[in-house]
Amino acid sequence: MIRSITRRSLTKIALGFTTALLTGSAVTVAIAQEDTIKVGVLHSLSGTMAISETTLKDTMLMLIEQQNAKGGLLGKKLEAVVVDPASDWPLFAEKARELLTVNKVDVMFGCWTSVSRKSVLPVIEELNGLLFYPVQYEGEESSKNVFYTGAAPNQQAIPATDYFLEELGVQKFALLGTDYVYPRTTNNILESYLISKGIPKEDIFVNYTPFGHSDWSKIVADVKALGADGKKVGVISTINGDANIGFYKELAAAGISADDIPVVAFSVGEEELSGLDTTNLVGHLAAWNYFQSAESPANAEFIAAWKAFAGEKRVTNDPMEAHYIGFNMWVNAVTAAGTTEVDKVREAMYGQKFPNLTGGTAEMLPNHHLTKPVLIGEIKADGQFDIISATEPVPGDAWTDFLPESKVLEADWKTLGCGMYNTETKTCVQLKSNY
Amino acid sequence: MADAKMADSALPGFTHQPLWKRNPSVLVFTGLLAVFTLVITVLSEGLGLGLVSTSFVKILGMTLCLCLAAIAMDLVWGYCGILSLGHFAFFGLGGYLIGMWLMYARTEDIVIASLAGAELPPTAQEIRDAIGTQIFGVVGGSEIPLVWSFAHSLPIQLALVVLVPGLLALVFGWLAFRSRVTGVYLSILTQAMTLALSLYLFQNDSGLRGNNGLSGLQNLPGLDDVPQSVVSVWFFIASAVALGLGYWLAAFLVSGKFGNIIRAIRDDETRIRFLGYDVEGYKLVVFTLTAIIAALAGALYYPQAGIINPAEIAPIASIYLAVWVAIGGRGRLYGAVIGAAVVSLLSSWFTGGQAPSVPLGFYTIDWVDWWQVLLGFGFVAVTLFAPNGLGGLVDRLVRKGDGR
Amino acid sequence: MPRFALVLTAIMLAIAIAPRAMPGPHSALAQTADGTMAVVTEPAAPAPSAPGPLQAVLQANADAIAKPSRTTVDTVIAALLESNAPGAATFLAQWRDRGVVQRKADGLFFYGVETADGFSLTDPDTGKNTGNAAKADVTQLRPNSGVRGVLSSALVQFQLADPDIAVRESALIAIERGAEASQLEPLRASIEAESDAGLKARKTRLERLLTIQFDPSAEARIAAIESFAGDISVDVRAALNPLVATTPKAFAEVPAGTNVARALAPGGDIPLDDAYGLLVTAGLAQAAPTLAEMRAALIANRADGAVAGVPVAALGSQAARMDAYARLAAAGTVPPPVTEDAKRAALATVSIVAVYNEPDANVTAAAEATLASISRSLALNQTLDLALDALSLASIYFLAAIGLAITFGVMRVINMAHGEFIMIGAYTGYVVQQFITDYTLSILVALPLAFFIAALAGVAMERLVIRHLARRPLETLLATFGISIALQQIAKNIFGTQARPLTAPAWLDGAWVVNDVVSISTIRIAIFVLALIFLALLLFILARTRLGLEVRAVTQNPAMASSMGINPDRINMLTFGLGSGIAGIAGVAIGLFAKVTSDLGSGYIVQSFMTVVVGGVGNIWGTLAGASMIGSLQKVIEFFNPSNTLAAQTYMIIFIIIFIQFRPKGIIALKGRAAGD
Repeated sequence: MIRSITRRSLTKIALGFTTALLTGSAVTVAIAQEDTIKVGVLHSLSGTMAISETTLKDTMLMLIEQQNAKGGLLGKKLEAVVVDPASDWPLFAEKARELLTVNKVDVMFGCWTSVSRKSVLPVIEELNGLLFYPVQYEGEESSKNVFYTGAAPNQQAIPATDYFLEELGVQKFALLGTDYVYPRTTNNILESYLISKGIPKEDIFVNYTPFGHSDWSKIVADVKALGADGKKVGVISTINGDANIGFYKELAAAGISADDIPVVAFSVGEEELSGLDTTNLVGHLAAWNYFQSAESPANAEFIAAWKAFAGEKRVTNDPMEAHYIGFNMWVNAVTAAGTTEVDKVREAMYGQKFPNLTGGTAEMLPNHHLTKPVLIGEIKADGQFDIISATEPVPGDAWTDFLPESKVLEADWKTLGCGMYNTETKTCVQLKSNY
Repeated sequence: MADAKMADSALPGFTHQPLWKRNPSVLVFTGLLAVFTLVITVLSEGLGLGLVSTSFVKILGMTLCLCLAAIAMDLVWGYCGILSLGHFAFFGLGGYLIGMWLMYARTEDIVIASLAGAELPPTAQEIRDAIGTQIFGVVGGSEIPLVWSFAHSLPIQLALVVLVPGLLALVFGWLAFRSRVTGVYLSILTQAMTLALSLYLFQNDSGLRGNNGLSGLQNLPGLDDVPQSVVSVWFFIASAVALGLGYWLAAFLVSGKFGNIIRAIRDDETRIRFLGYDVEGYKLVVFTLTAIIAALAGALYYPQAGIINPAEIAPIASIYLAVWVAIGGRGRLYGAVIGAAVVSLLSSWFTGGQAPSVPLGFYTIDWVDWWQVLLGFGFVAVTLFAPNGLGGLVDRLVRKGDGR
Repeated sequence: MPRFALVLTAIMLAIAIAPRAMPGPHSALAQTADGTMAVVTEPAAPAPSAPGPLQAVLQANADAIAKPSRTTVDTVIAALLESNAPGAATFLAQWRDRGVVQRKADGLFFYGVETADGFSLTDPDTGKNTGNAAKADVTQLRPNSGVRGVLSSALVQFQLADPDIAVRESALIAIERGAEASQLEPLRASIEAESDAGLKARKTRLERLLTIQFDPSAEARIAAIESFAGDISVDVRAALNPLVATTPKAFAEVPAGTNVARALAPGGDIPLDDAYGLLVTAGLAQAAPTLAEMRAALIANRADGAVAGVPVAALGSQAARMDAYARLAAAGTVPPPVTEDAKRAALATVSIVAVYNEPDANVTAAAEATLASISRSLALNQTLDLALDALSLASIYFLAAIGLAITFGVMRVINMAHGEFIMIGAYTGYVVQQFITDYTLSILVALPLAFFIAALAGVAMERLVIRHLARRPLETLLATFGISIALQQIAKNIFGTQARPLTAPAWLDGAWVVNDVVSISTIRIAIFVLALIFLALLLFILARTRLGLEVRAVTQNPAMASSMGINPDRINMLTFGLGSGIAGIAGVAIGLFAKVTSDLGSGYIVQSFMTVVVGGVGNIWGTLAGASMIGSLQKVIEFFNPSNTLAAQTYMIIFIIIFIQFRPKGIIALKGRAAGD
């Protein structure tokens, strides 16, 4: 009965509606400046990525609790501000803005997928925030406002490929990935790298599947058929998440063992394997910078603390170590700078050293990446990894040397003050990232 | 349905009256929207007192765009009876098309600035290559795909915002209506179209950066110096204006003879066909027009969201659009607006972790986990017990207020 | 012992001199093949106090043994065998099987058997137990699979005549994984004495494969090649394909004796630039400067803001740059550019040919002929395999969709929560496995239980929601969608977002392998059988029972059925229970071959709708036809575009949209009054 709506009653409703909105915002307006240092935690707690990211949120809470037990930082307590971007990429940008402008956090730890990071980038670059990103990624980026504590391709993909070439004698490669940016870029780099190593293009088979793919029989048959020209076949898998289960099941059903066709995965870690029947996977490989099975006192202590904090059945994994290193470096940098001001902390971050959990020392480079050792592990029946190869610490490379366009690029925020510097034309291509 | 009856009874004389007399909700709505816009602008960080944060202005601006999309959905479903599960795909397409220009133009600025210092003046090809590397380097490419042919030009890309979704809706609608696909079949078919489109965009080979989509859209080319707090207010105002215009257009359409016919099609398609009306033609017009409105809403929404990717147009998003309209109350334009605003704002409130947890002693209800359950069952309850949605409540209140 | 030393020397020579593809001194190996087992089993000479001979060699190579690499392990093996130290082969085997530990204190190597709190150590020289060591005091050597492969290869010679059949078989597997020239003679020698018929056949076959690759005599190779005509096994193709591999080469005149495969036309068979590149490599033409090189040359030759008279500011176009470069070239400062025409002209004077890597023309001809015979049978088998895959996918789609088809047919409502009933079934399977650890039994319990629970959920939904929305199909669609998101989230809250395992019993592991091309996993066969059972069951219920009769009546004309005394409410409820129950069963099946997650169902729901709509509503045969069509279509598209599975799904949906334009009522449409919905 539109005709009969009186102005009075509708106004009443609308006013109520508006007030509701405003009270919603009022919460966000007046934030008391308490005397704590605020640490933003930007990890999805719901949605598809919650499975991986919740663990990292817990890790951050544990690290902050430990730091507070040690007396806090600069004489103040640390306070965690946890938000849930719900695996929704635009929401990451929104929440990051909220953390920086409303909650006024001093630093953020967060993101998992590349697309979520790309979503957050413009916001933190605009507002000069600070983000620690803990996950292995495809590289080709160096933002002034992000420290990348996970592996760049040359710290995971390239050494793993070298291992295939040198140790396993693989001559023919199947690059299987989920269709998104990390596999795409990584495979692109690997293709270029393999060609430079003398593997002909026709010996590189590339396949992309959707997220959560379950029908693997055809692809496994294709991989098996690759052996038909007498070359040793190896699979480099950037298959993400749940899809791995079906893939390994089909591989096992086809009677392909790790000795026939080895599979090295970049996205399968302890967390993914926990609670899974791993008998099918024994002998297959994964490349990371950290494995729970690494033997060192620091690691034993970390694992014990984690199990006490989160539960006896929980496992540790590579991104957790990345947060561990990143958080401790940040703490040391803040102590060194005597302030949490982003620019000063950033200056103090360069050259920060902190012991890895696997032994050895991580160092923060001026390109905002870490030096880290690369470990290759064989999957064991208990869901842990047998470390069969460990390199010396490898410095992370923001721009890969194996793509012609990136070869000439360099990131150096300390002396050049540029994240994308063209060494050929000697110009800074851009100060802000390409999102 | 009451709405339809009302219009039927007053059919002949009405067409000559001005719109606001035929449909007084237009005036009320526009007035409220104007006041609301003004209040928020005055309170905003960018242009006013700084009481409303920039992120909240963005949320409100985006909500207004969603309301506009909901109006389109209400037109096509509430008034014309076509349950399209594809209108969010058009919404997303609009975002993609404007996003292409935003990305291209911004990157072009950056590239030209950086090449200015090069030893040789850059050739057109070099500039193009550099843009390609910048935009597609992220997804392992460097060539600029064919679909980006017009991305350098804002006018053409703006025209495409209207043309591409319009044409897609026209062709799809023509095929579907021509073969008399109706009811749930049509819903499934539109859902299939949405799925195909999102799967297509998920592929890197589609040339639209696959799963990553287009990002950094909030940075307007050439306006680097304008802070986001100001940009967000401008977009908020633009969204409000678009919503206002959309509401007027929709109200105009549903108040006249055209509105009567499409409502009649909704209520009994066969009878209208026997009366000699070109049912398929009317449906096609509504379908296409609403697709364009949705696309325009999307083109305003995504520069505020900052990123668009295929997950945005997954089939579930279109279903949500229908859910908003149903909760708001179908066949009422203000119902669609209320539904979209209430559900999307509530949703961000609940998932934002601001809603207080409910301790039950043995178990604590954490709304981050249980909001979806509440929404799902709430939705079932609305369909079962309040078929007219929240808008129906408004109607009842208003009638009580009038004492009639 | 002298004979024993001879063996080791010969092996050492074979490995050290001819490590990979080169034919080695086979004669020495052949005569020793029967005595080799002594190396493995003969007890080592006692050396209790000082480090024994083996330990001495091990210490000399300590680093390479402790941190082995595929590239260095050959030298270690050679050194070990060269030393004549007894027990060397045993050590290699133990090393491969992670049975060797190194004591941290003195760096000595021992055979270590893992005990509860450490390792029980055995001296490799004496074979005597030397006590226990704590875990922290020793390092277990864990050679990677590449090193293990090389070790297995080296051990083959000792194992081919081993009395233990398992050892002989492992030797054969090692050869199958990476054949070497040195293995040919021991393999030949061991065939005669092989007692097991199966192994003998395998050995004979392997011998022929190795002959193709390593035998010096062309006749023997050709005979072996021809013996494999029509054999589509991967290993045969793996042996033959390298023989017909070619390399493109450029010759001013093709030298006699070159084994030419075919001539290549520049611009056609081979890109123009690549062909010109061959020319340059062969020293027949001058390299053409690339665009980047030209640009660099321009930059290098700048003088006073101009390059060869052209102002730098004017070099903003490719034409101007070419012009400036041409001027530089004319002045002789830079190499001249080579135009396309010049490239063509240069190529016209030479021959570009594909040359076989294998020099013997007779061998390549035989290989080509055999491969041609294989490729015919291969194509057939590939089609067969694709058909099996399609059949499997179709049966999965059928199982997922048939429940939906029944409810949709009878009640004309779209149940968006159908996917969640599939999920409920899958989680039921998971929960049952938590209580019943025997996988076979748990599946047997899970199937009916999943049916029952999903059916119960379906009936509840029908009574509580759908019944009240009668004749409002669009609202039913949305209401069931609400239930769907609520159920998904509830599952997430209960089971977490992580995928849960649903493990198939051992007898469902593995695959039915026809040959190297055609195979299908057992679990998929089981799902296929399950689909067949339900097809038969439903056909029986609908055609032969009172319930079926009533269901068909309600499907065709509810009003008339009602007036004939059928209670449509009861029928609706039963149908809904039946449809949901089958979805539950489908859930168990899908969980077995993929994974159990809360969004498992939503991955199948759109496909299920498509299946129902494409097949035609209210007809089981229609659903079957729809599932078959969608399944095979998807596989065929995947076959044509193997690198992108996502594209296959996209094109399939587009195809379905177009298909529905032409057959809006599906493949099998109901006729008569019932068709008018």
